[in-house]
Amino acid sequence: MIYLGIDTSNSPLSLALIEDGRVLIEETSNLKINHSLTAMPAIEEMMKKAKITPAELTHIAVAEGPGSYTGVRIGLTIAKTLAWSLKIPLHLVSSLKVLAANEQGFEGLVCPIMDARRGTAFIGLYEGIGLASVLADQHSDVKEFLLKIKELNRPVLFTGVDVKLHEELITEVLGVQAQWSGVSNRLPRASNLIMLAQKSEESAVHHAVPEYRRITEAEANYNKAQEGKSL
Amino acid sequence: MNKDIYILGIETSCDETAASVVKNGTEIISNVVASQIESHKRFGGVVPEIASRHHVEQITLVIEEALRLAQLEPHQLTAVAVTEGPGLVGALLIGVNAAKAFAFAHQLPIVGVHHIAGHIYANRLEQEMEFPLLALVISGGHTELIYMKEHGDFTVIGETRDDAAGEAYDKVARTLNLPYPGGPHIDRLAHASEEAITFPRIWLEEGSYDFSFSGLKSSVLNYMHNAAQRGETVAPEHVAAGFQNSVVEVVTGKTVRAAKEYNVRQVIAAGGVAANKGLRKSLESAFQEKEIPFYIPSLPLCTDNAAMIAAAGTVMYEKGIFGTMAMNGRPGMPLTSWI
Ligand SMILES: [Zn+2]
Repeated sequence: MIYLGIDTSNSPLSLALIEDGRVLIEETSNLKINHSLTAMPAIEEMMKKAKITPAELTHIAVAEGPGSYTGVRIGLTIAKTLAWSLKIPLHLVSSLKVLAANEQGFEGLVCPIMDARRGTAFIGLYEGIGLASVLADQHSDVKEFLLKIKELNRPVLFTGVDVKLHEELITEVLGVQAQWSGVSNRLPRASNLIMLAQKSEESAVHHAVPEYRRITEAEANYNKAQEGKSL
Repeated sequence: MNKDIYILGIETSCDETAASVVKNGTEIISNVVASQIESHKRFGGVVPEIASRHHVEQITLVIEEALRLAQLEPHQLTAVAVTEGPGLVGALLIGVNAAKAFAFAHQLPIVGVHHIAGHIYANRLEQEMEFPLLALVISGGHTELIYMKEHGDFTVIGETRDDAAGEAYDKVARTLNLPYPGGPHIDRLAHASEEAITFPRIWLEEGSYDFSFSGLKSSVLNYMHNAAQRGETVAPEHVAAGFQNSVVEVVTGKTVRAAKEYNVRQVIAAGGVAANKGLRKSLESAFQEKEIPFYIPSLPLCTDNAAMIAAAGTVMYEKGIFGTMAMNGRPGMPLTSWI
């Protein structure tokens, strides 16, 4: 069994190949390079290095979002096209859970965060041990979400490359309740993604779509206008 | 004897998710288009983020359907051709990445096609091209006159300096409260109208093959505005007919002049607006009079589709022009020659 894992949900790119529980290769970068340009060449290169041909792959795992709309779409498009072309199972995993998995084993809560501009983020809350979801992945005002965490009154470890953007606010709201992931633990790791995929159900390939966790601005405006009409 | 070439085409540059298989660049084996028009209607135009979301939902289904209808297995394909640009960036890169993943999975060569080259080569699926050739590409995104000395040799001799013709149609349709997309509604109203308001013809400098539609659009808007201020009611069909007359006269005039100056053996029109009845009739009669062969592909090949991308991709494949896994969507891709 050979799993290919792909995470393009935020600025980092992470890819991995796991054969029968052994990580053959994992490559993670955070160079803010366009995933559309780099993801496929990186997959091709990595597989060549590992001497694995496309036909030898048995499973595809991909980070389904939330995150950058374009980023998750690139990962999903590549993953579902590969899975469908090769007729192998596709597994979707929350991109926030992939980040939380960096801190699995932490005795407390783990909060993965991806910036979504204007004081908002894609954010979730997981148990460090077992990675059960405590607060569902969502698009939220960061401060509002932190206030919900505060009520839980338990230590929380923050992770993700965008933690630094919200560090000040987190400290202000949570004080000593907040702890920080080391910089080496803030990038997503496709090997963790595959590990989570192995515990997940297979997805229907054609119907696999990103988990945006947010409707588009056009739809939000349209819905608002419709509400106005019905008053 | 040469082996047959089967190309899978993929097109996602705007609001159609499309895949097709074409044999030897001239014969459509399958042609699948999933249109998003219904979804964008409520917004009065294409919303790029929503277009991209639909492409991800549809892409593998559409490719599978194209292969199923063609009754071909992936290993029987010669190559994959995909629209590389121009278009909406987020939409383009769904097709590009799906094409790359498919090509990688089956170890097939990949070809990146210019969308306009695709529109021109749509014609080859019904009528062999004769060179030198003049192509009028006229759609919601483009208004261009292109001269071709031979296959893969493109010279843009005229293009719009502002709005594309189709854009102007949509904007005028909106001021007339016609539903999106507005082009067919204006065409229908204009056709039924006995009278037409006179709007200016924008010819630009003498000898120019460029187009400009924003001035015409503004004068229609001004006319409506002034009438409203005076409390007059305007017959929408008179406005539609006047607007369409102006577009048709200028587009026909420039196309005919270019065809004569460049002494071409064939003129082809392509793109969504080429399906417009008024324009079609005017071009047909003008070229009949000049005795220059003139062709417009049938409607499903005028609007965006993947067969045209496969058709153009076939010629690129034959000329050995390939892309790599590093291909990206190129929203502003220029039309350059392949030779
Ligand atoms: Zn087009």
